[in-house]
Amino acid sequence: MADVSFIDEVCSIPGGGAIRSCIQCGMCTGSCPTASRWDYPPRQAIAMVRAGLRDELLSSNSMWFCASCYTCTVRCPRDIKPTDIMHALEVLAIRNGLSTKRNRTPVMYQCFVDSAKGNGRVYELGMMLKFFLRTNPFAALKLAPVGLGLLLHRRLPLKPSRIKEIGELKAILNKAKALGGAK
Amino acid sequence: MKNYSYFPGCSAEATASPLGLSVLPVAKELDMDLIELEDWNCCGSSPYGSVDKLEAACIAARNLALAEKTGLDLVTPCSNCFVTLHGANVYLKEYPTLKEQVSEALAMASLDYKGRVRVRHLVEVLYSDITPEVIRAKVTKSLKRLRVASYYGCQLVRPDGFDDPESPHSLDELVASLGADVVSWQLKAHCCGSSLVMPEQEVALELINKLLRNAQENGAQCLVTPCPLCQINLDAYQSQVNRRFKTKYNLPVLFLTQLVGVALGIKPDALGLSRNIVSPMRVLAPYL
Repeated sequence: MADVSFIDEVCSIPGGGAIRSCIQCGMCTGSCPTASRWDYPPRQAIAMVRAGLRDELLSSNSMWFCASCYTCTVRCPRDIKPTDIMHALEVLAIRNGLSTKRNRTPVMYQCFVDSAKGNGRVYELGMMLKFFLRTNPFAALKLAPVGLGLLLHRRLPLKPSRIKEIGELKAILNKAKALGGAK
Repeated sequence: MKNYSYFPGCSAEATASPLGLSVLPVAKELDMDLIELEDWNCCGSSPYGSVDKLEAACIAARNLALAEKTGLDLVTPCSNCFVTLHGANVYLKEYPTLKEQVSEALAMASLDYKGRVRVRHLVEVLYSDITPEVIRAKVTKSLKRLRVASYYGCQLVRPDGFDDPESPHSLDELVASLGADVVSWQLKAHCCGSSLVMPEQEVALELINKLLRNAQENGAQCLVTPCPLCQINLDAYQSQVNRRFKTKYNLPVLFLTQLVGVALGIKPDALGLSRNIVSPMRVLAPYL
């Protein structure tokens, strides 16, 4: 069902604006290195925002394949920053609990965020292990040689690094949460 | 001596430790004083901005507020930290409501950000402030006949880089200043898949394979990049690419500062050369 307020919702997220200027030229899709994997490639995703196809788009895998390479952004003839729009769609998918289980990227992002919040710095090994435990522990086995290589080359410390004023950072982030998301 | 506030980023302490290690002695040789930002926190990176925009702006802004107190430019060697911190800076200017909310949150830690910090990528500083000419004059071991493919990746040059976003030249000039032969190749600013390598490995391996093939076909003996994500994908995942596509790449992938360090005569240990997964020792042997 079409949801006419969807486009306003996207525009309300910082970076989501300017979407109304899209002329559907397809430069974004043509430039995207991962477009072949998207349920709805960038041009189509933008058309769906304007058509109000909210739940179909937010539950798709589309924006989760954006690698933030910004090629579409520098090429867009209307300066609408498709990369930022994809990030806004990701925020909305998470906020509304619409991302489905087959999308592993949001799980990884959440593990990353938890790690950054917990210590003030990202603990890469902990983040990776948590991600694989939450998605597919067997995939971790396949990647074991990569992890082992990093470990043996002293690139995967076993202990997290924590900032001194972690209390300060938590107070800032708690306040942000209380303010209820970016407007 | 030029002074900068220095933001290493989380990777420089871990998966990109060869970067974290090599930046400091190189900076010293080039008369740059990189003063580590006291108690810096994770920039938030791309994932945070895809989960919660306000929290992402706040976690980046704590760093900007701390840096503002120093009065110095904030320099990071990490392309993802650069895009994130620079992007937060732009958003705080463009979205007054966001700025107000961030100020309210920062006040919880008695911090304030007025928007005066200039966020810069280390490569831009090396190129614009130090300049390839000065680096050339300091080279003690010219990398003559070493064929190097400069890999810019994405976030050094897009969306708001200092170089051409699709046909950049700054890294090539820096590499040329070391005496090396700059390999001309088409994919020098194409995407490696970045962090998708974890959740969507197949996509990333395909992109990494294209990059390695293109660099090799054009005669590269090694690649050089400033970006932690690019380096890990091309270096640590090279064996996975070989297994997946039945290829036989054995291409060392150095951080720019490692290569600069070799040319400046800095000892391999201080540059973390033994930490590269694909060993660069064979191709670098004539210069060590």
